[in-house]
Amino acid sequence: MYVSVKGGERAIRNAHRLLDKARRGDPGLPAISAAQIDQQLALAVDRVMTEGSLFDRELAALAIRQARGDLIEAIFLVRAYRTTLPRFGASVPVDTAAMTLRRRISATFKDLPGGQLLGPTFDYTQRLLDLDPEAPTAEGAPQTATAEEAAVPRVTDILGRDGLIEAEDGSEAPVADLTRDPLAFPAGRDLRLQSLARGDEGFLLALGYSTQRGYARTHPFAGEIRIGFVQVELYLEELGFAVVIGEIEVTEVQTVNQFKGSASAPPQFTRGYGLTFGYCERKAMSMALVDRALRWRELGEDDKGAPAQDEEFVLSHADNVQATGFVEHLKLPHYVDFQSELELVRKLRREQEERRASLEAAE
Amino acid sequence: MTTPDPAYNFAYLDEQTKRMIRRAILKAVAIPGYQVPFASREMPMPYGWGTGGVQVTAALLGPEDVLKVIDQGADDTTNAVSIRAFFKRTAGVATTERTEEATIIQTRHRIPETPLTAKQILVYQVPIPEPLRFLEPRETETRTMHALQDYGLMHVKLYEDIATHGHIATTYAYPVKVAGRYVTDPSPTPKFDNPKMNRNAALQLFGAGREQRIYAIPPHTEVVSLDFEDHPFSVQTWDRPCELCGATDSFLDEVVMDDQGRRMFVCSDSDHCARRRSARPEAAA
Repeated sequence: MYVSVKGGERAIRNAHRLLDKARRGDPGLPAISAAQIDQQLALAVDRVMTEGSLFDRELAALAIRQARGDLIEAIFLVRAYRTTLPRFGASVPVDTAAMTLRRRISATFKDLPGGQLLGPTFDYTQRLLDLDPEAPTAEGAPQTATAEEAAVPRVTDILGRDGLIEAEDGSEAPVADLTRDPLAFPAGRDLRLQSLARGDEGFLLALGYSTQRGYARTHPFAGEIRIGFVQVELYLEELGFAVVIGEIEVTEVQTVNQFKGSASAPPQFTRGYGLTFGYCERKAMSMALVDRALRWRELGEDDKGAPAQDEEFVLSHADNVQATGFVEHLKLPHYVDFQSELELVRKLRREQEERRASLEAAE
Repeated sequence: MTTPDPAYNFAYLDEQTKRMIRRAILKAVAIPGYQVPFASREMPMPYGWGTGGVQVTAALLGPEDVLKVIDQGADDTTNAVSIRAFFKRTAGVATTERTEEATIIQTRHRIPETPLTAKQILVYQVPIPEPLRFLEPRETETRTMHALQDYGLMHVKLYEDIATHGHIATTYAYPVKVAGRYVTDPSPTPKFDNPKMNRNAALQLFGAGREQRIYAIPPHTEVVSLDFEDHPFSVQTWDRPCELCGATDSFLDEVVMDDQGRRMFVCSDSDHCARRRSARPEAAA
């Protein structure tokens, strides 16, 4: 055969066998189970569920194993599987005020109803690499505060009682869904939030960070970060009321941002909002920063030309499954196009040579 | 024909999704060259690897169809193999490498050399459906430009090419005007293939999965490559025939034979080349 990339069928089969072998690694070591990934690499599972837009710990764990720990590849596997699932309906909005809290902190008040609850956090650990090759074990049972029996009010609700923060849009209108309708601009906040929730953590982290460094700066406070379990309810027409169909863990972040007021609104605090599945605090915080930056038009702020303010730029590039596919498609053969360009470069060089030669002859 | 994988619906997508895609296709056929937004689904192959074409093909396929998949003109390039295997598995349809046997041909970067017929549909995989995208990155702007037929920017770009280089320096994805209305991206096919799009008997459908757009050139529609009166559109030519089949009218790929600069020029359309070689056994050395 005259071209090595042709005759691909057998090559592909063999490459995939190599992949299977590489995935398993040293067969002398025990295989890792999905349950182990779920329990011991839980934050990877949370990220795959969030950006994969599918709450299923076991599927996410399986995807991480199949992807050899490449989380974007795992997210891609989950998204592709998700396409094949039937859609039964939409839940009623989850009530995060009724969350069973695992972690809850506010940077705006020293103490507040419900208290501060650190939960299982990396915060305040000293990042000293534990060189003990044996897996670290939990030493004794941790002492935790007794869980609040009553629902713990959200910090933004406390501010809202005094009218110091903008009221939430209580609209019951159906929300946009970019998995069912093509993305269109201008996008409402509902569509933007959906896109950000599925968006790449690294991309949002960088954009959120850029707003802190002055590219469309709006001074944010971490009004509240709460992580815990919420009930998902589905309204059933036949019954005439909503029933609980399950419980999911979510991370919710609300930033409190300054706002000097406008012609129509008094000076008050405004909100940035972040929500993810599982424990994805960094992602949820970044999302809230970007959400707030994108709201400049609605709040009558200046367009500073910053990337985080540019809805079309942010939403068109936030999805890592789209981004990785298009970046990596450069690996596919392009030799027909390259051939065309090669011919052009040769022609341009030839013409330049001829021009130089005729100039020299004229001198 | 093989039995499709029972774990998935015929051709992978559920029937509701296929119906949504067919509606987009019908709209695209009704407005030649216009990019119809559609709710592209996540497919089990990466965006940028033909998800748009795959969704269009999935929406078109019936059990009786015969599918051909090419990439760079060849049936046996890796991604063509992969897409063909996908439809074999999920739809169990018959596949072929022969252009005239196929009812649906999914392609990336080429139009077959063999003329197509009214019984065939050519499905293009499209990375960036917007011909104005590299002149204006914003979708909100380019949609307005199309609505107003404001294509001055494109003509300025082509003119600047001529001013700088003496000729238009676009060799693939060369913009066309469809049915006298919409400036359209032919997908990254070499401009060599542009004349084949004009008044083609087959229905030409374009699917861009990541960018969520479908557009169409209905059969026998006029497709004009943009040019100027004093700088008419022209296609690539080679000063030698295909070294395998002797064809003088096909697009040739340059194959590097060694590190001494030896080159070989062969047909990019592998079916066209193989057919010519089998017809002239003495030439197939």
